[in-house]
Amino acid sequence: MSSRIEILNAGGYRSDGRRQYELRTINIDLFPQGSAADGFATLSHGLTQVSVCVFGPREAKLRSQTFHDRANVNIEVGIAAFSSSERRRRGRGDKRILEISQTLKSTFDPVIQSSLYPRSQIDIYVQVLQQDGGLLQACINATTLALANAGIPLTDFVCAVTSGVHSTSPLLDLTLLEENDLPNVTVAVMPRSGKVSLVTMETRLHVDRFEEIFRLAGEAGKIIHAEMKKAVKDRTERLVAPMQSLGRPATGENDY
Amino acid sequence: MFEFTSFRRPPETFSVSSPDNADADMDEDYEDFLESGETKLTWPGESLTSAQDYMRGHGTYVDNEQVIASVTGIVERVNKLITVRAARTRYNPEVGDLVVGRITEVQPRRWKVDANSRQDAILMLSSVNLPGGVQRRKLESDELQMRTFFEEGDLLVAEVQSFFGDGSMSLHTRSLSYGKLRNGQLATVPPILIRRLKSHFISLPCGVDLILGLNGYIWVNKHVKQNEREGEEGFDAEAVYSSRNDEIDESTRAAISRVTNLITVLVSHSIPLTDTILLDAYDWSLEQECDP
Repeated sequence: MSSRIEILNAGGYRSDGRRQYELRTINIDLFPQGSAADGFATLSHGLTQVSVCVFGPREAKLRSQTFHDRANVNIEVGIAAFSSSERRRRGRGDKRILEISQTLKSTFDPVIQSSLYPRSQIDIYVQVLQQDGGLLQACINATTLALANAGIPLTDFVCAVTSGVHSTSPLLDLTLLEENDLPNVTVAVMPRSGKVSLVTMETRLHVDRFEEIFRLAGEAGKIIHAEMKKAVKDRTERLVAPMQSLGRPATGENDY
Repeated sequence: MFEFTSFRRPPETFSVSSPDNADADMDEDYEDFLESGETKLTWPGESLTSAQDYMRGHGTYVDNEQVIASVTGIVERVNKLITVRAARTRYNPEVGDLVVGRITEVQPRRWKVDANSRQDAILMLSSVNLPGGVQRRKLESDELQMRTFFEEGDLLVAEVQSFFGDGSMSLHTRSLSYGKLRNGQLATVPPILIRRLKSHFISLPCGVDLILGLNGYIWVNKHVKQNEREGEEGFDAEAVYSSRNDEIDESTRAAISRVTNLITVLVSHSIPLTDTILLDAYDWSLEQECDP
């Protein structure tokens, strides 16, 4: 490593004071501020912040994009010019943006039960507000939450986490500084079945190290899952409570 | 094995009724709930019960002989059928529902209507009342002047008539209480907050009429006198398909916007809308008004 900053010091602390396996603070906001979206989520992992709006299932805008047996899932990613330390405007056709949206699409394809909504369209708009490493992980987690809020049927949550390896010691939830220096993997897991929806690497990683950090990322995904579940539960409770207290109609023909 | 010394492991199970039950009796816990009929919340990927004892309904799927929730919401059981009703979702149409919609497109012999559902609804030319007698054959001339009945952007109230093969709904306005909407304002709310009522046409004593569409669109308009709305024999096409508002005096305008704002406020606290709640809220808001 040629970096002047110590990634992991002798005391076992990382540059931002975390331990090897410690995750950054997760902040989740599921209540939209004046957005007409069907589902909404803002999620931050430390200083990485992503906001996602989900619209649909709704009538497809273009007839050419409809499928007769399933919904068309359309994902658009935008990266704010002010999101990174170096101001940079990325257009719609930017390679990086297209890559992220394509990755998101392939991650969520097996999870969204799109066959329940033939000829419709589900639009997912991802907006990156701040970047400090783990961009893809934040995008995936925020999208899961927004989809769950929109009432779109999912087979499971998708929980993603980045992990890397510093010489022989694995690290979890990398910041931008660590991500630039270390070989890293982003893993998206479905916690219930334990299936993995995405594994992606942009760096070279020693094959002997792979299994270790892959497993570790899987474990960390479960921790993130618990946090996400808690946020979804809190929101659902707040939405349902007033309906209960004001008396639900008797279950029967009145109910649907 | 790895050590996860720095992880704080959050509790795995959440439940409204008993917050501190362990993982192990989760299944039993659900069984208990299914017997007791108490409210239970769930979210995607949560195992509800065994597929051998129960049938899966909407909002669930079966994997590994387990019924698993696929949406976030309330678990409901009818005998052996387990369904999950989403806390927030788009409108799920059912035949006979009253809906308020907006025309999005005029097509040959049909209109496309946005009704907050997963697909635009379809209103056939043959399912609207045309001028000159209710039971009349549709002529080519009617087809040519479809835009004189409904134009893009027009709001209408209709009933769900049937479904097409692909699940999209067909509407009809073959009643004198259905048709084009005017003299008012639209409020949009989550469909789950609108309950099935005996009548979805509500008249508030403050001179405001409400149409609570089951799809979450609410039309708040000036009160129309009963005999004007249902003009028996004299089906006046001019009036029914007119796009021009009547004269609305200032107090009615104020009342309409007050009711719309009340709906927005109630809905932001996810309170289900009924005529009594709206009326109480209206009176309360008038009391709070202090003239300087």
